Amino acid sequence: MGIDTVLWSRLVTGLTLGFHVIFATIGVGVPLMIAIAELMGIRKKDPHYTLMAKRWARGFVISVAVGVVTGTAISLQLALVWPNFMKLAGNVIALPLFMEVFAFFFEAIFLGIYLYTWDRFKKPYIHWLLTIPIVAGAGMSAVFITTVNGFMNQPEGFAMSGGQFTAVNPVQAMLNTATFSKVFHVLSSAYLTGAALLAGIAAFALLKKGASEYHKKALKLMMAVVMVFGLLNALAGDVSAKFLAEHQPEKLAAAEWHFETESGADLILLGWLNAEHEVLGALHIPKLLSFLAFGDFNAEVTGLNEFPLDEQPPLLVHYLFDLMAGVGFTLLGISFLYFLFVFWKKRNEHNKWLLRSIALGAPLAFLGVELGWFYAEIGRQPWILRGYMRVEEAATTSPSVRILFFVFLLLYILLGTVCVLVLRRMFKNNPAETEMEKWNQHPGDKTTVKGEHAK
Amino acid sequence: MSYELIGISVLWLFLYGYLIVASIDFGAGFFAFYARLTKQDHLINRLISRYLSPVWEITNVFFVFFYIGLIGFFPDTAYYYGSALLVPGSIAVILIAIRGSFYAFENYGSKNNIVYLFLYGASGLLIPASLSVALTLSEGGFIYKQGETISLDYWALFTNPLSWSIVGLAIVSVLFISGSFLAFYASRAEDHSALKLMRSYALFWSTPTIITALTAFIYLGQHNERHFQNMMDLWWLLALSVAFFMLAMWLLYSGRRYGLAFTSIMLQFLCAFFAYGIGQYPYILDPFITIENSITSPAMGLALVIVFIGGMCMLVPALILVFKLFLFDADYVKGKK
Repeated sequence: MGIDTVLWSRLVTGLTLGFHVIFATIGVGVPLMIAIAELMGIRKKDPHYTLMAKRWARGFVISVAVGVVTGTAISLQLALVWPNFMKLAGNVIALPLFMEVFAFFFEAIFLGIYLYTWDRFKKPYIHWLLTIPIVAGAGMSAVFITTVNGFMNQPEGFAMSGGQFTAVNPVQAMLNTATFSKVFHVLSSAYLTGAALLAGIAAFALLKKGASEYHKKALKLMMAVVMVFGLLNALAGDVSAKFLAEHQPEKLAAAEWHFETESGADLILLGWLNAEHEVLGALHIPKLLSFLAFGDFNAEVTGLNEFPLDEQPPLLVHYLFDLMAGVGFTLLGISFLYFLFVFWKKRNEHNKWLLRSIALGAPLAFLGVELGWFYAEIGRQPWILRGYMRVEEAATTSPSVRILFFVFLLLYILLGTVCVLVLRRMFKNNPAETEMEKWNQHPGDKTTVKGEHAK
Repeated sequence: MSYELIGISVLWLFLYGYLIVASIDFGAGFFAFYARLTKQDHLINRLISRYLSPVWEITNVFFVFFYIGLIGFFPDTAYYYGSALLVPGSIAVILIAIRGSFYAFENYGSKNNIVYLFLYGASGLLIPASLSVALTLSEGGFIYKQGETISLDYWALFTNPLSWSIVGLAIVSVLFISGSFLAFYASRAEDHSALKLMRSYALFWSTPTIITALTAFIYLGQHNERHFQNMMDLWWLLALSVAFFMLAMWLLYSGRRYGLAFTSIMLQFLCAFFAYGIGQYPYILDPFITIENSITSPAMGLALVIVFIGGMCMLVPALILVFKLFLFDADYVKGKK
């Protein structure tokens, strides 16, 4: 029974986080895009960009609602499903959790103001200034919550005596060795995904309805952001890999199916394992793993066999890792191709195949985020607090957790479906061009449709 | 003052804040649904959505703030309440999820969907009911510890009149607070028909509020003698609470000074809530968790207090800005902006 509830506790948490991360990523990434678009609109005096900011904000608020409620769910589930973990770790991670709530509070306040004051200020810049606390609040909550995850991977800032944490140093626990690389990777991938999503939508609209000034501008703006954050994200991934090689070698070794410690280790792409743990059918790139891990082609990389069998992460994480990295590079590649076509006059950057791959990039980006989180979380099994507490010791013992899994599954299916339906209804019968025309007809009156925020 | 006292006072104040803002929100959902059924929705719906839309997210944060703070200052609470509340807590999570998202779907997305409105209205009453279970549990006698396993005695919980009277009190006070706030908001908007309706709602729910409050108090005396006696020692706070209630009733009845009426209702609940909280001292969960023995390490306590003060320096001006823009800006309230 004990083991059974542990498995279900894992599933409940995995389900909630897997669902939440979609909306959390939008919640962190999209505000920056709204801010950029609004600023462009003000500076260029181009109403297309202002409309972009408005339409994105309108869709954003729907996804925020789901993000807020699933975020509330996960924060409660922390104590409900993992009471022993919170009893122990609450002494150390309370500070970042508390700060996260403050950041969220801050964002919530200014988001409310932003949405309802489109035409209340004389200078458009003042309204734009409201995006700063929103972007900062969203980013900071991601930072704080990621420090908690960093702590679970790399517990620091306390002494252990008699099964209790003593001599707690909250700041050191927050700024643990894992924090920097994690925060960098989380933020860069969230902005990348936000931009890929909006670029994908623009590309999709261009494919379906043909050329439109509004969508072309949106596409170009967002592809530029994809490129910038695609590059930063690749850098962040590299920083993370180097961190793992040094501090969590078992996670990197599991991701790379690197069993024996050796110098000049190969990078292994895809493939499969036989029963004797031999890698078959994989693409080997000589010495690249050593280079990625330590910046030296002949560096020694610790192998998985150095670790006791009951402390090794599941080997499945290899695929998660490869696919995540693949998604990151694909997105970057698409954005390069797009700008190559933009500057190479013979080519049309709005050709069907390119637009199709950009549209496909949006779901791909979210897949990448999910894969990355699954890799990060499964890769530190069997630990909940690496080196200090195993997952089995942390879970609730209540058998009800099994039923709750299905109840929450149902809830998320319901929320996800209705969210998509509402978003579809919101934009399908109200294309950007129609809204733009209404603006042109009534230049003084910037309120566009029924249900608009500014009244 | 020690960290644990600062901590619990701040948290209690935040729980009180949540009680007020969430009551307004929860009650509004019910009134919106009820008004639709009685075909009076045209009178109040615009009023409700004008106030609620910019602030619904903030309401939610008050709650998150409270329990994250509670776990932070008193990590043992996570262990006991977390283990015992898995089911009721998850029900509350689901209700909050449905309510929050469907409010946004209805308000920013498709308008006038009766299903959304029903979910919104019904969950508004069920959430305070499910959350008040935690308050009942803190009185002791419902949570059992066998070895390392914490479990909740559902039978004792469901057959105890105290739990039902607390649920009843939670629901009717939500409607009372919300009704009087919306009456105040309508009076600011100079919306006379909405004011008339909301005033009648507020007056209607005042009697059950005071009756259930007394009932809950009596059952508390039977269930937890210590807590009851402590509250009796704070008789002046309870008397003050009743006095504010009478003042509010008189103002509502005579139909003037709605702002003052709502303020005195806030003070009425403040006095009662703090009499309840101080009476429970030093227990957070009778008899397992006391404030002294479950406090986090001093370094963390200090860090939390510092962050709290810093956070307040950011939040208070921001909240004042929200109030100025959406509550005290007469033109906005009247719908001119």
